[in-house]
Amino acid sequence: MTLKDKIKVALVGNPNCGKSSLFNALTGLNQKVANFPGVTVDKKVGACQISQLASKNKVDTEFIDLPGTYSLYPKSMDEKITFEVLCDPNNEHHPDVNIILADATNLKRSLCFATQVIDLGKPCILALSMIDLSESDGIKIDIDLLSKKIGVPVIPINARKKIGIGNLKQTILKLILQKENHSNFIDINFVSADIVRAVKEVLSVNNDYNAFQIACHYENLKSLTQNQKNQINTIVNTNEFIPKRIQATETVRRYKAIDGIISSCVENPKYNRQKNFTQILDNILTHQIGGFVIFLSILFLIFQAVFSWSEYPMELIDSSFALLSEFVSNSLPEGTLNGLIVDGIIAGLGGIVIFIPQIAFLFAFIAILEDTGYMSRVSFLTDKILRGFGLSGRSIIPLLSGAACAIPAVMSARTISNWKERMITIMVVPLMSCTARIPVYTLLISMMIPAEKKWLIFNLQGLTMMGFYMIGFVSAIGVALIMKLILKTKSKGYYVMEMPTYKIPDWRTVGLTIFEKVKVFLIDAGKIIVAISIVLWVLSSYGPKDEFEKIEKKYAQTEQADLKIASEKLEASYAGIIGKSIEPVISPLGFDWRIGISLITSFAAREVFVGTMSTIYSVGDADDTKTIRDKLMSHKNPKTGEAFFTPAVAMSLMLFYAFAMQCMSTLAIVYRETNSWKWPIIQFVYMSVLAYLASYIAYQLLS
Amino acid sequence: MKNLNNLDLGKEAVIDSFSDKDLALKLMEMGCLPGEKILIERKAPLGDPITISISGHLLSMRKSEAQTVLVNEIK
Repeated sequence: MTLKDKIKVALVGNPNCGKSSLFNALTGLNQKVANFPGVTVDKKVGACQISQLASKNKVDTEFIDLPGTYSLYPKSMDEKITFEVLCDPNNEHHPDVNIILADATNLKRSLCFATQVIDLGKPCILALSMIDLSESDGIKIDIDLLSKKIGVPVIPINARKKIGIGNLKQTILKLILQKENHSNFIDINFVSADIVRAVKEVLSVNNDYNAFQIACHYENLKSLTQNQKNQINTIVNTNEFIPKRIQATETVRRYKAIDGIISSCVENPKYNRQKNFTQILDNILTHQIGGFVIFLSILFLIFQAVFSWSEYPMELIDSSFALLSEFVSNSLPEGTLNGLIVDGIIAGLGGIVIFIPQIAFLFAFIAILEDTGYMSRVSFLTDKILRGFGLSGRSIIPLLSGAACAIPAVMSARTISNWKERMITIMVVPLMSCTARIPVYTLLISMMIPAEKKWLIFNLQGLTMMGFYMIGFVSAIGVALIMKLILKTKSKGYYVMEMPTYKIPDWRTVGLTIFEKVKVFLIDAGKIIVAISIVLWVLSSYGPKDEFEKIEKKYAQTEQADLKIASEKLEASYAGIIGKSIEPVISPLGFDWRIGISLITSFAAREVFVGTMSTIYSVGDADDTKTIRDKLMSHKNPKTGEAFFTPAVAMSLMLFYAFAMQCMSTLAIVYRETNSWKWPIIQFVYMSVLAYLASYIAYQLLS
Repeated sequence: MKNLNNLDLGKEAVIDSFSDKDLALKLMEMGCLPGEKILIERKAPLGDPITISISGHLLSMRKSEAQTVLVNEIK
C-alpha cells in the first residue's frame, strides 16, 4: 500500500478507557460532530496532518471515534455502528488503520475486543493507556513481547500528558507503507470452516474472521444486496449455524489464548488500586443515607451555581446588546433597513446569546460528573427507585442530560437495552427542564420576584427556578409511572455495567464538550431564531394596507402620538391578526394575542419565545434601547390599566412552557430513535394537554 | 453451588457457569469467565443492584441478573 490522499483511522476500545481524551489529543479543535446517516448515533470525525519524518511530506489523516464496546458482537444501537464501520468494507468510514485503545489495568478484558479487531486483518496499533496507574500498582508489562505475541505494534500513551501521540501518528504512516500483514490471533475456522469458505465466495471478502462476522450479522449490513443476503441465509441454514453458541465458544477460546499471553508478558497482573481510593470514595458516595444526601446537594449546588455565577456575564451581554442596538439605530438612516436590523435581527440574536453562560455552566457540570465516574454511582443508587417507575438506573443520564437539552438526552437513552425502560425514558425526558426553558423562566421569574429577595441565605429567584426543575422531574416520574402500567413488553434487556474508577476529569475534554454544545446551540438554534425573528418583524411591521392608512389618518392631527400609532399598527398587522385569531383559546390561561404569537413561534423551539417577545415589544415601543425585561414590565393591560404581567400570568406562562412539547427537533429525534410516528405523536398530544390543563388551573386559581 | 445473588456481602466465590445464554456472552466479554474469582463488593442502599469485583474491577448488576450466575463459594 502507498500513501493515498487521505488515510482513514478508526479509534476503538472498551468504554471508559479514555478514548475521547485520546481522540482530542490526536485532533484538537479540528473535529466535528455529525450523525451517521439514518441513525442518530454521534459521529465524531476529526482530522490532522502527519508529517513524514524523512520527506517532510504532510499526509492528511481522518480519525473517527467509534462508540466504545466490549466486543464486536453488537448488543445496542451504538455498538452496531462500531460493527458496521469495522466489518463492512463498503462503509464510507471503513478504516485503513485501526487504533485500538487498551487499558493497562485491565489488559485481559481489553485484549478480548482488541484481538477481535486484529483478526479482521486490517493494520492495527494497540495504544496502551493507564500505564502509570498499573505501574504504581506493581504491574509490569513487557511491551515488546506483547507486541510480538499479538502481532501488532504496541505503543504506551498518556493522552492527557500528550505522551506517545507523535509515535502513534508515525506508526500509522509506517503501517500504511508496510506491505506484510499480521497473522490471525485465533483461527475462526476451528468452528465454522464451511461457513467462512461459503461467505467468502459469495462476497469478495478475503479475511476469514470478517467473513464469519458477516455471517453472524448479515441481516443488518446495509451494503449487502437482497440477493447476497438470501445466499448467506441459505448457507447459514444448511450448515445449522447458530451464531450465539459459536460466539460463546469463540470468546472462551480467545480468553484462553489471552491468558497465555498475560502470563508470559505481564508480571504481577493483579490490579488492586480501587481498593484504596475508589473504595473509600464509594463508601461515602454510595452510602445508604449519605449517598442520596450528597447527590441532592450536588444537584442543588449545580442549580445555584448555574444561576448565580452566570448572572454577571449575562448582564454584560444584555447591556452590550442594548448598546449595540442603540448604536446601530442611531447610525443607520431611519427606515425599513434600520427597523429590520434593530428590531428584527439584533433583538432576536440578543435573546439567544444571553443564555450562553448558563448553558455552558450546565454542560460543564454534566461533563464533569460523567468524566469523574460519579454518574454510574448515581445509576447504582437510584436504579431500584427508578425501576418502580418503569425506568432504570441507566435513565439517570438521559434525565439529567435532559436538564441541558432533550436531544442528546433522547439519544443517550440508547444505552438502555431494555425496550420498555428505554421507551419510557424517551417519552418523559422532554419534561425535564432543558436549557431552552431557562430564557423563559429567567425572564418571567425576574419580573415576578425582585433579585435581592432571599429566603434564609438562598436567593429566592434561584429557589423558584429550582422549583421549576422539580416540577419537570416530578411530572417526568409521574408520567413514567402511568406508562409503566400501560406499556406491554416482550423483550428483555440488561442493566449490567462497569463502575469505572474515580478520576480527575480531563479538563480538555470538558472544555471541548462545552465548546461543542454551545456551538451547536448558537448555530442550530441561532439560525432558526434569526429566521423567525425576521419573519416576525415583517409580519408585525406590515398588515392589510388600508388598515395602516386608517391609523395614520386617525392620528394625523394629534401631536406626539407615535407610541399609540405604533401599538395600534402592531395590533392591525398580520402578526396581530394571527395572534388575535387564537386569543379565544388561550385567554382562559391569561394570555393575550402578543403571547399567542410567541406561543406559535415557540413550537419551532422554546428559546424563540424571548426573541419573539423582544421583537414584538420592540415594534410597539418607541424606545428601542430598553432591555427586554423593562419593556415587558412597562406593558399595561389595556382593560385595567395595571401591569399586564401579573404573577398569575407569569405563573401560567411558565407552567405552559414547563409541560408543552415545543421543540420540533426533539420530535424529529424521537421519530428517528423509535422509528415510528406513533411515539412522537403520543408525546406531543399528552404534553400539550398537560400544559393547557396546568396553565388553566394555575391562572384560574391565582387571578 | 449457589446463585450469585445469594452470596453474602464481602464473600468470595469462583464462577462456575451461567443459566442465561445471552447474558452469559455479555458477562464473559466484560471479564466474568468461568473459573474467575468474584467478590460481592457492595449492595445499593435499597439492596439492589449489587456491585461485584472481578480481577480488580467493578461491575454493577441487578439481583435478577446475578441470579443467572452460578458460583462456588470459597470457604
